[in-house]
Order: sequence, then structure tokens, then C-alpha cells
Amino acid sequence: MLRRFRLEEPESVAEASELLARLGESAKVYAGGTELLLAMKEGLIQYERLINVKKLKGLSEVAALDGMIKIGALCTHHELEKSSLVQQKLPSLHKLEQNVANVRVRQSGTLGGNLCFAEPHADPGTLLMALGAKLVAEKSSGTREIAAEDFFVDAYETSLQADELLTEIRIPDPTDHSRSAYLKFGYLERPSVGVALAFNLNGGGLSEVKIAVGCAGPAPRRVPEAEALLNGKGREEAERNLAQAGAVAGKASQAITDLHGSQDYKEHIVGVLLKRAFQSAVS
Amino acid sequence: MAKAMTKLDAQVLPLSFTLNGRLQELDVEPHELLLDVVRERLGLTGAKRSCDVQVCGACTLLVDGRPVSACTTLAFEVRGRSVLTIEGLAEKDGKLHPLQEAFIEHGGFQCGFCTPGMILAAKALLDENPAPSEAELKHFMHGNICRCTGYKKIIESIMAAAKKMRSGS
Repeated sequence: MLRRFRLEEPESVAEASELLARLGESAKVYAGGTELLLAMKEGLIQYERLINVKKLKGLSEVAALDGMIKIGALCTHHELEKSSLVQQKLPSLHKLEQNVANVRVRQSGTLGGNLCFAEPHADPGTLLMALGAKLVAEKSSGTREIAAEDFFVDAYETSLQADELLTEIRIPDPTDHSRSAYLKFGYLERPSVGVALAFNLNGGGLSEVKIAVGCAGPAPRRVPEAEALLNGKGREEAERNLAQAGAVAGKASQAITDLHGSQDYKEHIVGVLLKRAFQSAVS
Repeated sequence: MAKAMTKLDAQVLPLSFTLNGRLQELDVEPHELLLDVVRERLGLTGAKRSCDVQVCGACTLLVDGRPVSACTTLAFEVRGRSVLTIEGLAEKDGKLHPLQEAFIEHGGFQCGFCTPGMILAAKALLDENPAPSEAELKHFMHGNICRCTGYKKIIESIMAAAKKMRSGS
């Protein structure tokens, strides 16, 4: 049962941003509603107004431009799993999107909404960190880019300002040497652990290694200490260092004991998934 | 956040959409859910409220041919769109859809609570992919939960319907 609220339907990002500035905490941006409406039905949060951003133009496209894959924040998971550009250029993201929740959530839920709600057990943020994504935040007075690893502050908390909207996700165009994988594990509806790994494999050596872990703790995070164990190494040495990198990444995941598993268990799974992600990325 | 809410006046949104092939026009408030409008205001009770969190699939309806959770879809979202419920699946003369026939023939249900959602989700799958592998079927349907059948007969039913639909009979 939802409590009564009023609906605003701005036609431009500037108008939406002005509404957010004026209405403050009494209003919330609404896109797919797959997370927001659940929390509102449960009575955990309530708003006097929802600002439906789905009428904003130009935020539902995927394009390869300026050396980047640009994904409009309103793209649904379904649109991304069906996008031939995503499939060709970003196979790890394509696979992730095919496996978000279920077919109905993928139909309604948007990538931008998923990131902005910052539910700790969400998949995309973790992979976007490893892919070196930048998130575009817009408000009436200007636009800025936020690196994916600086976007998530805590559970349900992002670095977006109150009057900013996430409008685009920018992922560097991969080269022939780019490798990446995202793997998750869980036994409830949402994953217990997600691990993303990306690197360049050139002449048998790894460079630009990025590792991110998510779902285990309050927010996804990059793990530079684990990356350092693989970066600049030959493939075989990197493979030998994987167990240590996995242990480091597990500790860094800020895993908490909850219904999804104990802290120790999740830390262990991070290591298992990192090894498998490596195998998947090089295969 | 959880601060005291001022009392809000009703906001009326005119809603016009196609329901099972017929135009529907009514007024809704922004917070009204599609499931409540269809069940309580329009009297079509095939879609069920169960988990209420988009996990179980019992409230599945097709909007422009794609499955959505009516329990978590605001009613105004279907403005100008086409909604199909289980009540609109059979032909006008009462002839059942091949999926409905197959569920009966193959015992694809026991209590029947999940069946409207199962059949509509399966329709969306077969419209998109008329010859799914069993793995593709399971992947597409994994968000529709049945607590009676163990799924084997549901899978058999959908596969049988797919075959029948492909042969055009």
C-alpha cells in the first residue's frame, strides 16, 4: 500500500534540478521505481512528491562517441541486455545486465536508478568501477563527471548533490587487449558477493588492473592493494598472486555478517570469485 | 525523509489505456498501483498480490507485450499503452490460447495461484523467442515462483505450447 503523493513530470534536466532544489527532502527522483516503490510500500521512506524523470529526452540511448561508450541513465536493464553495442563492446556488462534480478525488474529498472538508489546488493556499480566508468551529474547550473569509485558513499548514499541528476554513464571504449569479468554469488534473491576484474592483457603481461568488490558490505569499492599484486605482472605470476589478491580484496570488501552470509564466508567467496573472474577474463 | 507529512490533496491523472484489447478511461491518483486498479477497480482478479516485492511473479501482466510486476508499477505508467491480463488471453469465442491448453494437458499447475503470471511470462518469452532452449526458458522464467509443481510440468507445458505454436495449429 502506497501513501498518497503528488507527481511532477519535468520536461528538461534543468527543470527537474530546479524542482529538486526547491522541494528538498520532500521529493525524490522516480524512474523505474523498482527499488524506490518497494521502500515506499514498506513505509520505510515517504515523499510528498515524486519527480518522474522518464519524460526527459535523450537519456535512453547507448552510443559509441569520443572514445567512450555512453549510456543514458534512463536505459533499462532490458534495453542494455538487448543492445548490440553493449554486447559487442562490453561483454561483461552485457552478461551482468542479462542477470539482474528477473525479467520484470529488468523491464522497468534503469541503470541510472540502480546506481542512484545505491542498494548495497546491486551489481552494476561494482563492474562500472572496474571498467573505469565516469558518471555524469547534471544540474541547472552545470555538469560534472564523477568517477564510479567516488560515487558510492555508503549504503543508499551517493555523492550526488541534492539538486543533481545522474544523466549518463561513460565507459572508456575497450581495446583489443581489454579483458573484464563480473561474477556474483548468492543464495537469496540478491547476491551476497559480487567481484569485478578488468585489465589489459598485452604481450602476456597485465596492465591497468582494476578490481572492485560489492554486495558484501555497505557499498562497492575498488581495491588498489589487490590490484597492485597483479598489475605489471606476467600472466603466470599474476595467476600465482591471485590467492593473495583475493584475500586482500576479501578483507577490503568491508563484508558484514547478515542474512546473506557471515563476514568470513563472504571474504572467502571474494577470493573464489576473483580467481574465477580471472579465468573468465582471459578465456 | 521521515519528517511529518503535510496532508496532501488528491491529484487526479486521467488514464487512458487498452486493457485486453478494449479502451479503458478512468482517473487515477499517482500512488495507485496497476495491480489495485486492475483487480479492485476493473474487477480482473487473475493477477495476484503475493510477495509484493517483484520477486514471485504472481502479479505479472504484459504491458506492450513485456512482463511487468503490477504490484510495483504505478497505474499512470500504462497511459497510452496496451495491457494484457490472463482474462484477455483466450480468443473472443472462448478458444483457449495454446499455452492455456498446454498447461491443462500437461498438468502445469496445481493450486493455480501462480498460473496467470506463469502463462503471461511464458507468452512474452515465446513471442520473443518461439523456439527457446530449456536453459533459455529457465533463465526467462526464473522470476516466476511456483510452490506446488516443482516446475517440471510447467517447463513441459511451455515447451509443448511452443512446439504447437510453431506448427501453427
